[in-house]
Order: sequence, then structure tokens, then C-alpha cells
Amino acid sequence: MKLTQQFLALLSLLAFLALWQGSALYINNHTLPTPAAVALVFWQACVSGQLPFHLGVTLLRLLVSFSIAMLLGSAIGIALGRHKKLDAFFDNWLVIFLNVPALVTIILCYVWFGLIESAAILAVVINKLPSVIVTIREGARSLDQDLLDMARCFGFSRRKTLIHVIWPQLHPFVMAATRSGLALIWKIILVVELLGRSNGMGYQLHLFFQMFDVASILAYTIAFVGVIQLIELSILKPLDRKALRWRR
Amino acid sequence: MSDIQINIINKTYPAIDQAEAHTAIADLNLSLKSGEFICLVGPSGCGKTTLLNIIADLDYDYQGSIGLSQQSSRPKIGYIFQNPRLLPWRTVRENIELVVEDPLSTHIIDSLLEEMQLTPSQHVYPERLSLGMSRRVAITRAFAVDPDLLLMDEPFVSLDAPTARQVRALLLSLWQQRPHTVLFVTHDLREAIALADRLIFLSASPMSVISEIRVPIPRADRYDEAAIETFRQQLLNDYPAIKQLL
Repeated sequence: MKLTQQFLALLSLLAFLALWQGSALYINNHTLPTPAAVALVFWQACVSGQLPFHLGVTLLRLLVSFSIAMLLGSAIGIALGRHKKLDAFFDNWLVIFLNVPALVTIILCYVWFGLIESAAILAVVINKLPSVIVTIREGARSLDQDLLDMARCFGFSRRKTLIHVIWPQLHPFVMAATRSGLALIWKIILVVELLGRSNGMGYQLHLFFQMFDVASILAYTIAFVGVIQLIELSILKPLDRKALRWRR
Repeated sequence: MSDIQINIINKTYPAIDQAEAHTAIADLNLSLKSGEFICLVGPSGCGKTTLLNIIADLDYDYQGSIGLSQQSSRPKIGYIFQNPRLLPWRTVRENIELVVEDPLSTHIIDSLLEEMQLTPSQHVYPERLSLGMSRRVAITRAFAVDPDLLLMDEPFVSLDAPTARQVRALLLSLWQQRPHTVLFVTHDLREAIALADRLIFLSASPMSVISEIRVPIPRADRYDEAAIETFRQQLLNDYPAIKQLL
């Protein structure tokens, strides 16, 4: 059964490549290079160190802004989910921030703080934060009161309650925020880099666009999708398995 | 261990929307002797769980006081809830370890698990346990904190009769080896007679004590169902008011 599924996955990948190859041959100009041409550019960019450098810079920005957004968002989300008055007060703020277009936040951050690294990070965090808060708040609202009462009755400290009672219940919500967050932050970071940084994937893509270098754009895109898949398979899936091992 | 005084002057649920304010408990005085096993018997909905929650400090919106008679502090509580309330993401052993403050208490946990016949299941997650086993874990957890007062809220409800009997016997043997003051809530008079030193009968809305009766049957004879049944009949004959509570 598993073998058939793997075979099907491989077959669909091959079909995709065949479709790409066919279209490229049919169109026959530089706006759609063949998979082989893209692979060659990818290899050259790797060897020259350009691709690893820019990918690395973007990944670092991703790591920093993602960590800040998740930590801050989780703390605020739990607080809002547990305290009705606080939630009522800040609910409108959330709605506003959720609806401000990413581009506006980025431009404002650059205008107010200058074209500096911290402004870029801040712009990404502000864009991601509201959606983390909303997701974690939903989780904190649906916490099992019976288990919280148990913890209180047996004298659990705040820290113990957070680690052993609250956090495991929030796990599905944290994972949902993580997955949607990664996808969103990638996209925002590229715009941030495109508008105001002199390195990173976004900056490079902008450069390739100006030169109509589609092969390089596709090569960088593949690296990009590959890294996200790697994060999913090597970090998120094992984390899920470990955290949910208690389920029947 | 010292005696425990429970004095609840008033517990009222405020009016919400169309539901009127409701006085659940009024002028309730209980004095629990150290090491005594007390069963609270009352009709369902009379506020027994509310009372236990007040004693456990889970409900603090009331007038009155709960305290150890020789100290001003609140008693340390071990609570066995109606459903076991185990953390599903922690194993049986971890669930018990979490409530114990002293990291050197490994041997105490080992012996408690042994006495409750849980040693083979100690590394299992609660979702894989039967209800009877989960209840035994909850009992073990409550004993593990070495409480001044053990609260039990119908802990054998929804168990089949043989399992309930087995868990009850395990509870009694554990309690006899490690005497604690127990407040046990039930509406099953047979169960109450089988377990208690003293029965306290409670009325509904607002809850108050109707009568307190000592159970004269020696501990050794508590497994004799005929003796329990005879005492039950005698009680019902002597105190007709009790019949209405059951």
C-alpha cells in the first residue's frame, strides 16, 4: 500500500516535470526555460555561493521574526483567551492589525525607522503577530476547565500548570499557527527584502526580474520550496509525532 | 493530622438571565475528626459537589470558613473527582509524580502503585486505561500528596458492580494502611455504609445537615453484604426522612 503511494507520488512529480518540459519546448523562448536549464542555473548559483548566501540571509530573518512573532503571539493569545476583559479591550486592535495590508506595514516601518534590519524584522513580526494571537486565543478559550481545576486543587505552580496542563492542550493550535505562519512569513519577507534590503532572496528575485532572468527566478524558487519542505519533514512532523504520542 | 472545621454560612449562585438567584448551601457546620471516614449522602443536585469545590478552594464565592482546628491554615487537599481528570499526555506514573513536591518520594509512589495494582501500567498513557483503572490512578494520585483531607466525589459512579467492589476494596485497604480524613460523597446508601465511620445526611436547596449517624459495623464485617443490608433497613425504618433523600 505504502509502496503504491510512493510510486504515485513519484509518478505525479515526473508528470509535472514532463508537462514543464513539454510547455518549455513548445513555447521555446527564455521566458520559460526547460527543467534542465533551471537545474544548471541552480547548480551554478550553488557553486558560486550566491544562492546559499542569500537563502541563508533570508532564513536568518525568517528564524528571528518567526520566533519573536510566535513567542509574543502565544503569550498575548493565552492572556486574551483567559481574561475576558482584556480580550474585550484588545479585540478591536486585533481586527485592525489583521486587516492592515502587509505592504502598508512594511512601507510604514521603513519610513518611520529607516531602511535598517530591525525595521525589516519589525515589519514581518507586525504582519504575523495578529494571526498567531487569534489562533492561540482560540486554543486558550477552549482549555479544559476540569484539568485546570485539578491543577489548582493539587497546588500546581503557574509554571507547572503552563507546561503540563495548558501547553499540551495548545499544541494543535501552536502547530497550526506555525504552519500557516511559515508560509505567510516567507512571502512577507520577500517583499520586505525587495523593498528595502540589499541582500536576501527578495532582493535577488527583484534583480532577476529586472534582467528578465526567469531561469534564476525558478532556480531560487525551487531552493525556497525545498527548504520549507525540509523544515516540515525534519522539524514539524517529528515534533508532531513526539507531542501526540499519547494518542491512541 | 488535626481536626477540620467546615462552616459555610451561605453559598448563593447569583441570578443569570432568567434563572433566579439560588441559595445552594445555608448554615452548614461539619466537624471532621482526624482519620475519620465520613460519607455525605444526599439527593442528586443538592450541592454536594459545590461543597467539595468550596472545601478544595475551587469555589471561593461563599461566606464561611474552612480550616484545620489547630492551625489557621487551610487543609492540604487530595481530590478524587467524579471523572478521573488525568492529564492524557502524561503517563500514569507522570500523572502521580506531578502532584508530589518531594523529588525523593520515588519509593512512596512505587509502593502506592503496587498497592493499587498499577505497577504494570505505570508507563501507559491514560487513554489506554479502562475506567476502573483510571479511577485507581486518581485515587493513587490523591493519596500521593499525603493530604490533610481527602475529598471523593462519587468516585465509583458509572463503574460496573464487580469493578466498583474491587476498587472500593482497594481504596479501603489503602486507607487503612495510610489513615487520612475522608469526605466521601455518594447517593448510594449501601456504598456509604460499607465505607463510612459516620454518615451525614443532607437535604437539598439549600443544603443542610438532616442527621448524622455512626456506622457501628466493625471494619472486618464491612465486606458482608448481608450485614450492610440489615443496617440499611434498620436505618430506613428508624429515620423515615432519609428515604426521601435517596
